Amino acid sequence: MNEQPALETRALCKSFGALTIARDIDFRLPVGARHALIGPNGAGKTTFIDLVTGRLKPSSGQILLAGTDVTALPAEKRVKGGVGRTFQINTLFNGLSVLENVLLAVGERHGVAGNMLRHAKTCRAVVDESQALLERLGLGADAARPVRELPYGRQRLVEIAIALALDPKVLLLDEPAAGIPSAESGLILDVIETLPRDIAVLIIEHDMDLVFRLAERITVMVQGAILVEGTADEIAADPRVREVYLGAEQTR
Amino acid sequence: MLWLRLSRPMDAALSALVSIAFHGLAYAMVLYLISVGLSVTMGLMGFINLAHGVFAMAGGYVAVSLMNRAGVPLVAALAIACAVVAAASMVLERALYARLYGAAELDQVLFTIGLVFMAGAAAKFIWGPLPLPVRLPDYLRGQIEIAGRLFPTYRSVLIVSGAAIVTTLWLAIERTRFGAQIRATVDNRRMAQSLGINTALLFTCAFAVGSGLAALGGALGADILAIDPTYAQEHLVFFLIIVSVGGLGSIRGPFVAALVIGIADTACKYLIPEFGAFFIYAATLAILLWRPQGLFGRTA
Amino acid sequence: MIVFPRQRRGVADPLPASNYLRASELTPWICAAGAYFAFPEYLALGGQILIMVLFALSLDLVLGYAGIVTLGHAAFFGTGAYVAGILAVHGWSEPLSALLAAAAAAGLLGVITGAIVLRTSGLTLLMVTLVVTQLLQEGANKLGWLTGGADGLQGIVIAPLLGAFRFDLFGRTAYLYSLAILFLAWVVARLIVHSPFGRSLIGIRENATRMQAIGSPVFQRRLRIYAISAALAGIAGALLTQTTQFVALQVLSFELSGTVLVMLILGGVGRLYGAFIGAPLYMIAQDQLARDDPVYWLFWIGLLLVLVVMFARGGILGIVDRLWTGTGR
Repeated sequence: MNEQPALETRALCKSFGALTIARDIDFRLPVGARHALIGPNGAGKTTFIDLVTGRLKPSSGQILLAGTDVTALPAEKRVKGGVGRTFQINTLFNGLSVLENVLLAVGERHGVAGNMLRHAKTCRAVVDESQALLERLGLGADAARPVRELPYGRQRLVEIAIALALDPKVLLLDEPAAGIPSAESGLILDVIETLPRDIAVLIIEHDMDLVFRLAERITVMVQGAILVEGTADEIAADPRVREVYLGAEQTR
Repeated sequence: MLWLRLSRPMDAALSALVSIAFHGLAYAMVLYLISVGLSVTMGLMGFINLAHGVFAMAGGYVAVSLMNRAGVPLVAALAIACAVVAAASMVLERALYARLYGAAELDQVLFTIGLVFMAGAAAKFIWGPLPLPVRLPDYLRGQIEIAGRLFPTYRSVLIVSGAAIVTTLWLAIERTRFGAQIRATVDNRRMAQSLGINTALLFTCAFAVGSGLAALGGALGADILAIDPTYAQEHLVFFLIIVSVGGLGSIRGPFVAALVIGIADTACKYLIPEFGAFFIYAATLAILLWRPQGLFGRTA
Repeated sequence: MIVFPRQRRGVADPLPASNYLRASELTPWICAAGAYFAFPEYLALGGQILIMVLFALSLDLVLGYAGIVTLGHAAFFGTGAYVAGILAVHGWSEPLSALLAAAAAAGLLGVITGAIVLRTSGLTLLMVTLVVTQLLQEGANKLGWLTGGADGLQGIVIAPLLGAFRFDLFGRTAYLYSLAILFLAWVVARLIVHSPFGRSLIGIRENATRMQAIGSPVFQRRLRIYAISAALAGIAGALLTQTTQFVALQVLSFELSGTVLVMLILGGVGRLYGAFIGAPLYMIAQDQLARDDPVYWLFWIGLLLVLVVMFARGGILGIVDRLWTGTGR
């Protein structure tokens, strides 16, 4: 494939003083990819996402979205470049309704969020699109409920809804199934599996069942650097990966 | 020992400098004693306590009243004031403050402002609106001679005893287990809890120590910062400046800040009175913008 | 027991279905108009109440909607007051244009200080807002030749409003003038609060991290509302100057910042109408109670604050809301 990868990082590094959290990360995420990022706790996976989205500034290196260098762009501008993310712990507007949560995201994308003169409900395109998105994700019935009243699993779904509302080309999911009892995680899985093929998806996960079910390629990160990258089968067979996960309950 | 005779203007200038340094230092001691408790509790509990000045005020009122009305000797009055205020603060902390530890910043601000109002009104009711007259015991009046110059006895004693208290405090923080627990909890509360440190008890004890020190500072400094019902409100901004510039949770930071403020304010009053506290506020603004966490504070 | 802010049964800040006025929203205006006729001897106090409602409303935009905890809003009120006063002393006595000038000055100050203040948070933000106000007050104190210093600015003469309405001794013109300006400000505030911009402010208050992650320029939005709020506060200050023909140094005080905060909390933050309830209540109570027992007045206010924080976090409107949703409406 000759087209630009949806996301690329070149020699990405991040240190806090003497502590290096990200080392020389060269990463490519092609368009439409289904990619997983795994590794032990503290490996720097969430840091990587923070660097890509702009929440953290890199010490050195480059970040490119669809071929454009966005390293110097602040976080809010990168969203326009097509990056959406979910957080490891639900980062929602807890006091607002589910619909409002999504409205805010869709409104930002449409560019009406800075408008001081209209009544918010008159932005019909925004409202309709938000409601349609909620329907698609099975949250239609909960639209008017305050988010904090939803069970944790459904809140996690709202988290994904907000990311999708941004119409991203690159979707970064930070442990989407974290904290959800396995009985409810089916919901999340279905949503991720049915995501449109033109979105490149990167998932951080610890649940190996999920990883091997969803991912076509897997990257393993250890102590801030990429250890190995390959297809799901290659990674499953790699002895270095087994060693890294020695002691973990979930190895194949 | 030879004592050089300087030319008159230089001698006058040197005198002025020494005087400013001396009075500034005394002022700084008082400010530090009062503010260090605030720094520790704010850094420890993450609680914005605008009512801290109330403890200093209470200490001043109790100590001076005991001396004026009951003829209690100075040291005893100080000890009693310290103990009474510390005990009262423990009750206050357990009964009221502890409920708001996780609360929004605005809630803490409003709550403590409410306490300040109540305390001020109570003070006015009990002691009247005028500042309390301070009658120093005879052995503290007058002046003593140090290195050929005369200094007010009271302030000299204040500086020395302040330094002694500060040194004890620093040693306690560095060398005792209590101090270590405080430092650990300021650094990382969850970690400290998982290590088995009883943070609730720690908070109460630290709060008591901080309030006791404030009471001591208020009482010792009654001559410099007059004790009246508006005390807690009037000096609030300075206490907050010392703590925010020094750095929350730090012991040394507020000391540096208090020194700077004490000496600078005295110097300004002496040399450029038309500028008032302008320099202090401008300097605070500059420092907070350069280092929002304070000079010795932890970065978020 | 931890007190959570904004704990209500329903959704926080539900957006009304449309921008049309609900009947209950006319209440403050009916009351204000009624007071004009019912209490002609109290119009001076009434005018001051209207001004404080405007001031509290401006604070609500910044505190209640954007979640910026500031103890320095008097800086803008005082700037507006002094600008209007200084202009008048130097011959610019036309009130409406001076009002605009005061708004512009306060708004500009809002932009400049906001650019600094909004880069900080928590205690640092609080301190910076405090210190800025203190700096301004010190400045006003020392520049006596311009501001009258501690004695206040006197000799202010205001020309008749719109060329026709003189500011009379009974405060009639002053009251109606303040009422009209308050009404305009309310229209503006209401528009903002119901707009997508206003909703994004609520988002910023609820979770600024999330807002940034959805592409919202958080700093810019907050700066915008800070400047607008500053301009409104400046208008309130200028109104005070024009209706009382005097500027006291207290317009720049920390006490004033605290007082307006208390008024807003009493009424309820972030509900647009908290200012309309809290400010009149506070000032009428102060007028009645502080006259007899000035010592106790602050005590009761302090106690009220403590109780509000512990039990009635949303202020009076919060209590009304809870009763409303509690009856299963």
